[in-house]
Amino acid sequence: MVDHAQHLADRVWQRYDRKERLVRYALLLITVMLVVWAVRDIDIFWPWVWDAPNQISNLGGRMWPPDPSRLGEIVSALIETVHIATLATMLTIFIALPVSYIAAQNTTPNRACLWLGRFILVASRSVNTIIWALLFVAIFGPGVLAGILAIMCRSVGFIGKLMGEAIEEIDKRPVEAMQATGAGKAKVIAYAIVPQVMPAFFAIVILRWDINIRESTVLGLVGAGGIGVILQGAIDTFAWPTVATILIAIVILVLIGEALTSLLRRRVL
Amino acid sequence: MAPPESSSPLPRTWRKPPFIANPLVRYGLLALLVVYLVWAFGTLPFNWQRIAEGLPRAASIFGGGFPPSFQRMELMLTGFKESFQIAILATLLGVLLSIPFAVMAARNIAPLPVYLFGRAVIIVSRSFHPVIVAILFVAAVGFGPLAGILTLTLYSIGFVGKLLAEEIEEIDWGQVEAMRAAGAGFLATLFYAVFPQILPRQVGLSMYQLDSNLRASAVVGIVGAGGIGGTLMNAFGRYDYDFAFAILLVIIAVILLSEGFSGWVRKKIW
Repeated sequence: MVDHAQHLADRVWQRYDRKERLVRYALLLITVMLVVWAVRDIDIFWPWVWDAPNQISNLGGRMWPPDPSRLGEIVSALIETVHIATLATMLTIFIALPVSYIAAQNTTPNRACLWLGRFILVASRSVNTIIWALLFVAIFGPGVLAGILAIMCRSVGFIGKLMGEAIEEIDKRPVEAMQATGAGKAKVIAYAIVPQVMPAFFAIVILRWDINIRESTVLGLVGAGGIGVILQGAIDTFAWPTVATILIAIVILVLIGEALTSLLRRRVL
Repeated sequence: MAPPESSSPLPRTWRKPPFIANPLVRYGLLALLVVYLVWAFGTLPFNWQRIAEGLPRAASIFGGGFPPSFQRMELMLTGFKESFQIAILATLLGVLLSIPFAVMAARNIAPLPVYLFGRAVIIVSRSFHPVIVAILFVAAVGFGPLAGILTLTLYSIGFVGKLLAEEIEEIDWGQVEAMRAAGAGFLATLFYAVFPQILPRQVGLSMYQLDSNLRASAVVGIVGAGGIGGTLMNAFGRYDYDFAFAILLVIIAVILLSEGFSGWVRKKIW
């Protein structure tokens, strides 16, 4: 009996049991091996790595002080950037709403529509805005239209997916009540579904608008309009002080956008 | 006694109450919207002639793109391998570096000047799209995966740092107080009272960030920062649309796989 008590007292508390520990060590080992492989195999010229801090501070030095001489041009490009983001977000709504309607389990007319809707959402979200922009610049030439279309193509997946989830979470009793009184499909949507998803809709669209402002700052780098066009031009001509001004302007724009969206969100929700 | 006659009979048809009750605000907003649309469309430079040429051009691009060509598989594999390596290394560096910045940016454990510095770093690194950062790093350290790793490291610090700081601000304060009461220093408190509480969240965030970095590594390549994006950009530039479409298809497949994988891991952890 004493033996048993002694045995109990000698036991050491351990947070994980043997199997859990083995799994954790195995995962750690896999991670370390992946990292070692990546470091050894990647095509990096190592002397550049040690020189990188110098190069970066050198570039920073060339940017300082920012040169405000092209401020007017920069501000009008920023306005264009905001226009691209806003128009694209507004236009996206018209495509995203029907897609979310057919991609939601409880409102889709049939399974074929459900899968079509889901396919559109997945395809839209898997391709980055920049890649969409690349495609549309090749088709429509450089300019704002390519930018607007690129942002639309990306936003459809985002707004559609979140709206679809909002539709799936509605209370179905108002829908049933409407159907019981003999209302048609359009009336059920207008009076039983729309009022329930309205707050979610505004929250999602405002969130996406905020994201789109960031995205539209880089569209110009592949020729799709906005502030990126000037940025690319300044970098190509090594006008580093101008680049610094543009970067500061972008930070200010993004911060304004964030403040505005948080204000709107508080008013709407 | 007869029921009292209502002076005005109830309307026979029901109308839906408007979303914004005040008609002045309602129509005011609508008018503002119209003015904005007119202004925006008026100032944006659309090149209508070039746009009109777009449809036949789209037909030729999609015609050239189908069927996608998988002939230069080796080139594609090299690009994807590099993208993976960039994503892995950047996630590792970013997640490690995000810890000190998150500690600095948590209001409950950092003094005010340190807090402001930590927040500023996080805000600035989140304001810039990774592609802009990539251009700057390409200008500073040259073309290749190094610029991509630096870019995505910064991007990861911004995202993981922000969420981790919020997580630190929400920890159970009792354990910190217990450590302090026992006379533990700042580092000991951090290691034994703060980190154990945020560790599961940090692992989940790392998986999410790995997935996110893999996506981003496809785009930073477009401006020369290594990975599959460079291969894609070259294919587009040489009008190799069938190869470009093949790359796009594989990118979509890889992203879906990695999204599924990181989702599975996070579900196991959380």
